[in-house]
Amino acid sequence: MTGAPPRIVLAKLGFDGHDRGLKIVARILRDAGMEVVYLGLRQTPEGVAAVAEQEDADAVGISMHNASHLTLGPAMVEALRALGLATPVVVGGIVPADDAETLRAAGVAAVLGPGASAPEVVAAVRRVAVPDDG
Amino acid sequence: MSPSPSPGPAALLRVARGGDRRAVARLITLVERGGDTALEIAGLLPAADDAGHVIGITGAPGAGKSSLTGRLLACLADAGRTPAVLAVDPSSPLTGGAILGDRVRMDGFAAGAFVRSMATRGQQGGLAFAVPATTRLLAHLGFDPVIVETTGVGQVEVDIASAADTTVLVTSPGWGDAVQANKAGLLELADVLVVNKADRPGARDARRDLELMLDLGHISGLEARAGRRPEIVLTVATTGDGVPELLAAADAHRASLAAGDGLVARRRRGRRLELAATLERSLRALVDTAMDTPAGRRVLADVEAGTMSPADACAVLLAGMGPQPPRGA
Amino acid sequence: MAPEADEGTDTRAWREAYRRAPLREVPFETMSGVPLEPVYGGSPLPGRFPYTRGVHASMYRSRLWTMRMFAGFGGAADTNLRFRELLAAGGTGLSTAFDMPTLMGADSDDPRSRGEVGRAGVAVDTLADVEELYAGIDLGSVSTSMTVNGPAPVLFAMYIAAAERSGVARADLSGTIQNDILKEYQAQKEFIFPPRESVRLVTDMIAFTTAQMPRWNPVSISGYHIREAGSTAVQELAFTLANGFAYVEAEIAAGLEVDAFAPRLSFFFNCHNDFFEEICKLRAARRIWARWMRDRYGAADERSLLCRFHTQTAGVSLTAAQPEVNIARVAIQALAAVLGGTQSLHTDAFDEALALPTDRAARIALRTQQVIAHETGVTNVADPLGGSDYVEWLTDELERLAGEVFDHLLELGGGSILEGVYAGIEDGYFVGEIADAAYRFEREVNAGRRIIVGVNAFTEGNDEQVRDTLRIDPEVERCQLARLAAVRSARDGAAVERCLREVGACAADPARNIMPPLIDAVTALATEGEIVATLAAVLGTHVERIVV
Ligand SMILES: Nc1nc2c(ncn2[C@@H]2O[C@H](COP(=O)(O)OP(=O)(O)OP(=O)(O)O)[C@@H](O)[C@H]2O)c(=O)[nH]1
Ligand SMILES: [Mg+2]
Repeated sequence: MTGAPPRIVLAKLGFDGHDRGLKIVARILRDAGMEVVYLGLRQTPEGVAAVAEQEDADAVGISMHNASHLTLGPAMVEALRALGLATPVVVGGIVPADDAETLRAAGVAAVLGPGASAPEVVAAVRRVAVPDDG
Repeated sequence: MSPSPSPGPAALLRVARGGDRRAVARLITLVERGGDTALEIAGLLPAADDAGHVIGITGAPGAGKSSLTGRLLACLADAGRTPAVLAVDPSSPLTGGAILGDRVRMDGFAAGAFVRSMATRGQQGGLAFAVPATTRLLAHLGFDPVIVETTGVGQVEVDIASAADTTVLVTSPGWGDAVQANKAGLLELADVLVVNKADRPGARDARRDLELMLDLGHISGLEARAGRRPEIVLTVATTGDGVPELLAAADAHRASLAAGDGLVARRRRGRRLELAATLERSLRALVDTAMDTPAGRRVLADVEAGTMSPADACAVLLAGMGPQPPRGA
Repeated sequence: MAPEADEGTDTRAWREAYRRAPLREVPFETMSGVPLEPVYGGSPLPGRFPYTRGVHASMYRSRLWTMRMFAGFGGAADTNLRFRELLAAGGTGLSTAFDMPTLMGADSDDPRSRGEVGRAGVAVDTLADVEELYAGIDLGSVSTSMTVNGPAPVLFAMYIAAAERSGVARADLSGTIQNDILKEYQAQKEFIFPPRESVRLVTDMIAFTTAQMPRWNPVSISGYHIREAGSTAVQELAFTLANGFAYVEAEIAAGLEVDAFAPRLSFFFNCHNDFFEEICKLRAARRIWARWMRDRYGAADERSLLCRFHTQTAGVSLTAAQPEVNIARVAIQALAAVLGGTQSLHTDAFDEALALPTDRAARIALRTQQVIAHETGVTNVADPLGGSDYVEWLTDELERLAGEVFDHLLELGGGSILEGVYAGIEDGYFVGEIADAAYRFEREVNAGRRIIVGVNAFTEGNDEQVRDTLRIDPEVERCQLARLAAVRSARDGAAVERCLREVGACAADPARNIMPPLIDAVTALATEGEIVATLAAVLGTHVERIVV
């Protein structure tokens, strides 16, 4: 069947409490017709992966502003793979350009820098989150 | 790009019966999308399965439905049971998108439980269309109970009473919840009444108000229709106080239904309403298809121009549709 | 409302206050040598009720604002080194930033802390870390500011214990601890316990410092983070002052006299890009606070009426595109803060949208303040914009709009701002309002109705990347874990147990003040995480209602 909205799990990993960006992204994706499972603050990679499994998510989006993306970004990918999930991971927030390369090499599907516009966010998520029609 | 071929519904169901959570999640996605695959899955389930217990949790926004559900999950885990939750939130009528935020309050307690968020996708009444089919699937897979949290959009949430064996209405003190619920006719649907936020001033008053309204219902014959006076439970979802009592009340309600013919009657009613909803949805799909043809657009233009009456147009369109095979909406 | 002082009295009182004020040794004249009056226009004058025009009669002629810069990174020893450098260079105030695990009450060896130890600030687990942090510094002669909220009483206990073990009495300590828990539920989200229980800890700390530490500011009521979360200026103004009123009501309910504690309350505002709105917001804040404190809470001591505040430029306004342009934004925002009469100022480094600031960027930020202070002449005359029809109108209008929010909260709280704030937290009012504002702004930017230079216009040159950003060595985390393990194994476990039990018992009894058992517990080397877990077992924890 076509037309099923993509289902995206959004979360913030780690302790940092800046959720303005994540909330805006949640609304942007909703307004682009997607279903957003919003987990908000203080999630762990393992917890988010378990949710992605139960929600049959088409993508996982994580936002980070605490300079720990190089630890937690790859940890998110690993946590999903450990459950046997191929779910693509999108990382957003304060990520310097050099680190974006490193993250991609670690299996992150897309990296959205601090200045990403709404259309860029939607396009990136659409590109990676293809609801499979099995 | 060709994704690896996914297993078909029958295979998925087999794996899911063996406890594979990914397969359960996938099946729900397929049920939710509807269409032939959803019909196929429905066909794989036993037709009249009276196992399981579907508990509906409804109430005004912010009453504490999600927090309570989370605490119920903890209680159920302690009792060695394996519950599932369907948490329903509204889709945006404009874009079809949704933000599903209920499970955050449950995840801390949900070890071992299966929690799934679901958007209403255009369905009115606080439930998603796929809820009955999904609860049936989950109950069949051995999840017990299956808890459904409705949207809390503040509108009359009648659907839940037909989709659940036990309907729990959550109110909180001091906000006129009980009065609102009564006005909206929700008291008539509730099998268990909860005064949550009992740590707040006014909880006792709220309980008294509910008792009073039930007394009036007794006089008006409501209780006779419902068969049983709903129990009132005071809870504090933030600490878990009263939640074991809530679970006991829900279980007792299920037991009392099963003791008589209540359960059978409810599930019959549920299926009846599900049929009506499915029919409505299929008809709507037919109408949309018919309107999206050259003939349909011509008729529409005539009606808009005022050269054809809506009644005549309707007759023309209906005649054009003819009999169609049933489709899963 | 009592009548405001008549023109003649007001002017006489101002003149007297100005005469008594010490003045800086600089010429108060324009670059051309035109001599200037200390203030222009009539009543109300600066330093006079309702303080719209400033909290002092002479404003910056007597003393410039404090130019505060943050330090805190890596382990305690690294930060200690930086502190000593700052003091050697003539600084008198230290500002301590903690890392995220510390701010959330988690020890460095908590699995949730992985990757965050020593990153955004200094890592503190036990008293041993705090002693190292301030080693060789005379805590009786410097003023310290600590940015911490959720676990504030624990960190505060460590500070007191460290000072007393170094021979400085608690009564001689001076400084500020942010300790503004209400805005955490509304914006920054660094909460641990539920709102009411947290406010009880805040009132305990205020009661404790009021009785024993007269030079300490026990709470800095912060709009900064509300704004950073995406609020409007009006929301920042209204929510912050409402939080201030809420603490006042909580303290009065706990039995304190308003004039006993109110003089020690201070504020922390944001300064964003809309130049005049920011200036008027700060003017309105002073006026509203003074009126409410006098008329609603019955404060009589003039110091209780003063809304004194620290200001920081808007981190959220900094762009990753063409980051050097941020230097201009920060300069304009800082100028607005000064024209708004701030008592202290932090200017952001231009590269903060990318990562932790580099030394060079932090220095430019400080130089920006120095240019405003010493080159622009804006310090010569108090409230130089006061009397402009536009500025006075906008000040009135912001006060009116904030009043609508107060009315709403009073209604939610049945006549109590404190209860209204609790209700607003619980039903998601604050986060919902802020999220709406943030999204509206974002959409305006995306639709091009609002121009952000370098982001949705004037983007030529955007692909230059700033690569020179500060990185924290992962070794820091390993070292801190080793330190913590050493402390755990060397301490008297039974004493720790005993002290933690006492903390739990005290937490369970709202009639007791939490500070004394906390000081005992940290002295016995209980870790921050252990103490916070003990408190959480009694007070509970908070999960917010999701309002996106
Ligand atoms: N004091 C107190 N607060 C509670 C209690 N139960 C829930 N809350 C608070 O009430 C708010 C709403 O709780 P939720 O569980 O999200 O309510 P809900 O009914 O699921 O809300 P929606 O799904 O948004 O309609 C939260 O801030 C909870 O912390 C309770 O028993 N006592
Ligand atoms: Mg809910």
